[in-house]
Amino acid sequence: MIAPVRVGQAVRLAEWAPGAPIELSEIPANSAKEFILPASETIGRYDRDGARFTMRETTPEGPRTVLLGVRPCEAAGLAIVDAVFNWDSRDEFYDARRAATTVVATACAQADADCFCTSVGGAPGATRGADVMLRLADGGRQFIVESLSARGEELLRSAHGVTEGEAAADPLADVPVRFSHERVTGWLAGQFDSPRWQEFSLACLGCAACAYLCPTCHCFDIQDESTRTAGVRYRNWDACGLGLFTQHTSGHNPRADQMARWRQRVMHKFSYYPEKFGMLACTGCGRCARMCPAGMAISDTCRAIDAEESSPG
Amino acid sequence: MSIAEARDEAPGVRTFRLTFTDEPARARFFGQYRVGMFGLYGLPGEGESTFCVASPPTRTEYIECTFRRAGRVTTALQDRGVGESITFRGPYGNSFPVDAWRGRNVLFVAGGIALPPVRSVIWNILDRRPEFGDVTIVYGARAVADLVYKHELADWQQRGDVRLVTTVDPGGETADWKGQVGFVPAVLEQAAPSAGNCVAVVCGPPVMIKFTLPVLSKLGFAAGDIYTTLENRMKCGLGKCGRCNVGSAYVCKDGPVFTLEQLHRLPSGDM
Ligand code: SF4
Ligand code: SF4
Ligand code: FES
Repeated sequence: MIAPVRVGQAVRLAEWAPGAPIELSEIPANSAKEFILPASETIGRYDRDGARFTMRETTPEGPRTVLLGVRPCEAAGLAIVDAVFNWDSRDEFYDARRAATTVVATACAQADADCFCTSVGGAPGATRGADVMLRLADGGRQFIVESLSARGEELLRSAHGVTEGEAAADPLADVPVRFSHERVTGWLAGQFDSPRWQEFSLACLGCAACAYLCPTCHCFDIQDESTRTAGVRYRNWDACGLGLFTQHTSGHNPRADQMARWRQRVMHKFSYYPEKFGMLACTGCGRCARMCPAGMAISDTCRAIDAEESSPG
Repeated sequence: MSIAEARDEAPGVRTFRLTFTDEPARARFFGQYRVGMFGLYGLPGEGESTFCVASPPTRTEYIECTFRRAGRVTTALQDRGVGESITFRGPYGNSFPVDAWRGRNVLFVAGGIALPPVRSVIWNILDRRPEFGDVTIVYGARAVADLVYKHELADWQQRGDVRLVTTVDPGGETADWKGQVGFVPAVLEQAAPSAGNCVAVVCGPPVMIKFTLPVLSKLGFAAGDIYTTLENRMKCGLGKCGRCNVGSAYVCKDGPVFTLEQLHRLPSGDM
């Protein structure tokens, strides 16, 4: 059972210990993707003996997991990442964990200044990606429970204390619309070479904190680690913001500077992913802005683009 | 896969002939393989490297790959010898639509170490020679020593049904060099193959491609009839890891083969 709990100063999504208070007042620092796409996961094993080797069967792991009390922007992120791991070929490792996970989302009652779900097609009460939806009711004394999938039904069948009845849903968070994502996507289609990318990306240090915290960023690397007799092949999180991500062995790097890398991040989420999969790759959770050491925010870039696209001429 | 043969082509460049460990694996591979597709060749403990399959689907007992010793993985691979094994995943990616070219003339333009991806197409077409019109090959390298597949070049030179033009950059010629001296784009312009009913396959270093494309336009080739391959860095080969993205395309799935017309719609700054 994974839930938002206090770990030191921060609220994090972490394994829930019976009795631990569930913290709904703050957006957790990390996103739930690490429980489906771990930061580092074993995808192969082998034995070695000099030049000889034997590959060992590696079965994907799918521990039964409940994500309890995650926000709508979190649940939506899983629905977005599902698309890339299941177009064309299926990713067995991702799918094994995903299929064993039940998402119990909680309608969002407290947002902050970095939240912008309503600008990217989401809402504090949205159910996308959730198996069960909980809504605070009667001033926080009860929850209204709604099951949205077969997995959700199954979970509710085994739940205690769920009764038929009436309750008044509490008000949801108020998240103002900060930009029009249609206008952003429209501008991006023709502005790969815009001089404005220079200014949009200026503060970015290329640390990739934003990608690691993002519920929809899913790029990975594959690395081997071995001794003389045995080894493991891992897939590790990677990020387009890091300088070596696209560098060829020859030294040629298609994305040679941070401007090109920041542009890729924005383009991928607001132009390429929509073109390829018919959906934005941002849920407006605001983590990238909250945690950026340099004060960057993807919503600032989107607002600037919207302003440019809306201005006459 | 087991290394059945290893040949040195040029300084640092080696070809492996690889045979399959079992018949089902061989049959599965050739059930899917079309020219232009690539694979990930690797060694446990070292990692994987992406290069094309350099032999055609008309030769079904083995596959060949030709690669330069450049980084950790390619060095470790080249240090493996005949009888030893390496890992292989593939075939991945899209392919050259060779069947759609039946009845047409085909022009190949290649530079340096980029002949291998083109070579599988050349052999595929030569193995099915009567189905195609004129075949012209323009191939250049920096110096005579850097030309790969020297035996096959001699072979193609001899055939009456192939026009082969080889060239080396000025200063790269040897005393007994009988080919041209000059850069590929200039030599191509001079050779002036007709664009009539012809498709062009162009692979080479970025600078060669850059100067070759205008020559092809001048000769009358339409952007939809010019094919090339992109060489973005890859990890998964399966359209998941995000490394090979150029615009909304996954080079590992939507490529590596693109027409110039398709490339015009992708951001050139990411290639
Ligand atoms: S935007 Fe911020 S968090 Fe993301 S890579 Fe740049 S500096 Fe790091
Ligand atoms: S880009 Fe930023 S706001 Fe959008 S989903 Fe990722 S972390 Fe959240
Ligand atoms: S190589 Fe991983 S997505 Fe293309």
